[in-house]
Amino acid sequence: MQHGVILPILIPLIAGILLMLPVMHKSVWRQRCGSLIASASVLMMSIWLLMQASTGDVTIYALGDWQPPYGIILVLDRLSALMLLLTSLLGFAAILYACHSDDTTGSFFHVLMQFQLMGINGAFLTGDLFNLFVFFEILLIASYALVIHGGGKQKTRANVHYVILNLVGSSLFLFALGILYGTLGTLNMADMAAKVAGVPVEDQALVEAGGLLLLVVFGLKAAAFPLYFWLPRTYSAAVAPVAALFAIMTKVGIYSILRVFTLIFGEEAGELKDLAVVWLWPAAVVTIMAGAVGVVAAQGMRTQVAYLVVVSVGTLLGGIALNSETGTAALLYYLIHSTLVSAGLFLLVDLIARQRGQAGDRIVGTHPLAQPVLLGILFFLGAIAIIGMPPFSGFIGKALLLKATPGVTDKLWLWPPLLLSSLLVLIALSRTGTTVFWRVSKGATKADSAEPGKVVATLLLLSAAPLLAIFGGPIAEYTTATAEQLHSPGELIRQILPGASATGGLRP
Amino acid sequence: MEALYAFCVGLLTASGVFLVLRSRTFPVVVGLTLLAYAVNLFLFASGRLTVAGVPVVGQSATYADPLPQALVLTAIVIGFAMTAFVVILALRARADLGSDHVDGREEQSNGELN
Repeated sequence: MQHGVILPILIPLIAGILLMLPVMHKSVWRQRCGSLIASASVLMMSIWLLMQASTGDVTIYALGDWQPPYGIILVLDRLSALMLLLTSLLGFAAILYACHSDDTTGSFFHVLMQFQLMGINGAFLTGDLFNLFVFFEILLIASYALVIHGGGKQKTRANVHYVILNLVGSSLFLFALGILYGTLGTLNMADMAAKVAGVPVEDQALVEAGGLLLLVVFGLKAAAFPLYFWLPRTYSAAVAPVAALFAIMTKVGIYSILRVFTLIFGEEAGELKDLAVVWLWPAAVVTIMAGAVGVVAAQGMRTQVAYLVVVSVGTLLGGIALNSETGTAALLYYLIHSTLVSAGLFLLVDLIARQRGQAGDRIVGTHPLAQPVLLGILFFLGAIAIIGMPPFSGFIGKALLLKATPGVTDKLWLWPPLLLSSLLVLIALSRTGTTVFWRVSKGATKADSAEPGKVVATLLLLSAAPLLAIFGGPIAEYTTATAEQLHSPGELIRQILPGASATGGLRP
Repeated sequence: MEALYAFCVGLLTASGVFLVLRSRTFPVVVGLTLLAYAVNLFLFASGRLTVAGVPVVGQSATYADPLPQALVLTAIVIGFAMTAFVVILALRARADLGSDHVDGREEQSNGELN
């Protein structure tokens, strides 16, 4: 299985193309089967790749056998394997959920979903900065179409903002790439990392500008302050399975920040070491607080969950800003938890909204739900997990992050917003829960029960909360090993470029 | 040549940014296109400007860097697709929201936006 690394990109690509053929496209049943089989096989593949990466080996796949730094390479290390597994799990659950009605409200849902998964997987695997841009564009153009899937005023309006902002972001990305290529002479991330330390003094300011432009672009994808305003409207407008899949999209930004600023501007970057940390602190703190205020102020449950995503992004940025191995290990644990649980909440809120008739997802009292017990328990579980109360994964994630804060200054930066935001989220979610489940009028409900398949998909994601807590030990070990690998970029550089020295690189 | 080139990139970027900040979708789309042009020129220049240089070593006195040319080609293709999409989206927004304002707001009788 020498070519195993590229399969998470190839399977969705081929599946997407096949699903477009008239034979497949004509029948909803074949579409659903094809899409489910493709995403299940990518899920299997990701589990296999994770097992391969967990030994600590880094697999390098040179496309067309063009050796780095000249060709494009795919790199599978612990972090990319983890992100791949997370994506395919999320993709599978989202597609399973969509198979029960959402995929027929517009055309080409499954095709777009596969292309979206291909773009996300590619972004996690690639070891080349320009290739990262290309995969970003693939996942973006699929997401542009997915946001308006189903149609309607609200979706169109949200999508106009989303598309324009991301197109500007893409231009900035290309400017950054131009600057970095012009000064470093390469786009292979490992090669760039090897050359950054040897950059002449007069070019340092340019490299710095390029690196910080990248931070802006990734901050836009991750929805960090002040670039998060597009997120609540877009996520709350999109149909539930799409919104659930989008829970990983902000994490693509987080992943890119983590990758670029630990590898290229990491330990071995000489004078340009830790370029982003100064900017990440305020961004993290303000993002957390702004997100928490949004959660309290939200009028609808979808918007509320979207703001919960913003809070988790801020928390993750705080983890990156800690810039230590324990900090990164904690943030990776929190990342797994927050992605799965917030995606599960998007699905759950959709289930609830469908049983509330005209009230929809608005947080107001109305007639009782068809399945108040089942949905109530799930909401309680998800809410406890996302707030960060024991005994579920959110508590462990937040506790790890709090514990990883070293000095008093760092504690002063991170502890108050993290704890205060938890309190605000607790208040807001208790209000939502009591209003939706308890403040109901007397009388019979008119809504049907949820389809079992949808409940299974929601359960699949929300069960992450207890499971991540029960298997907290092995998962924390894995994230710690991942953090170690990330914070010793020298090894990765030497493995990709055997000829490179720590400083100076392969400059001809 | 460098000065003229830099001036062109700068002018395109400035016009692009100005137009992107407008409130109607049409200027915004044009602004995005100008930004894409600016970025393509900029990427092209990242391999340094050479006159009459072949992108093959040993064919001429100085050789041009072939990689930015490949990058620009990719960027042009992607930019073209994205522009096509955003034009269609702008038309759809005009039809759905009844206004070509980027926030989809209604226009009042005196021409002011509410």
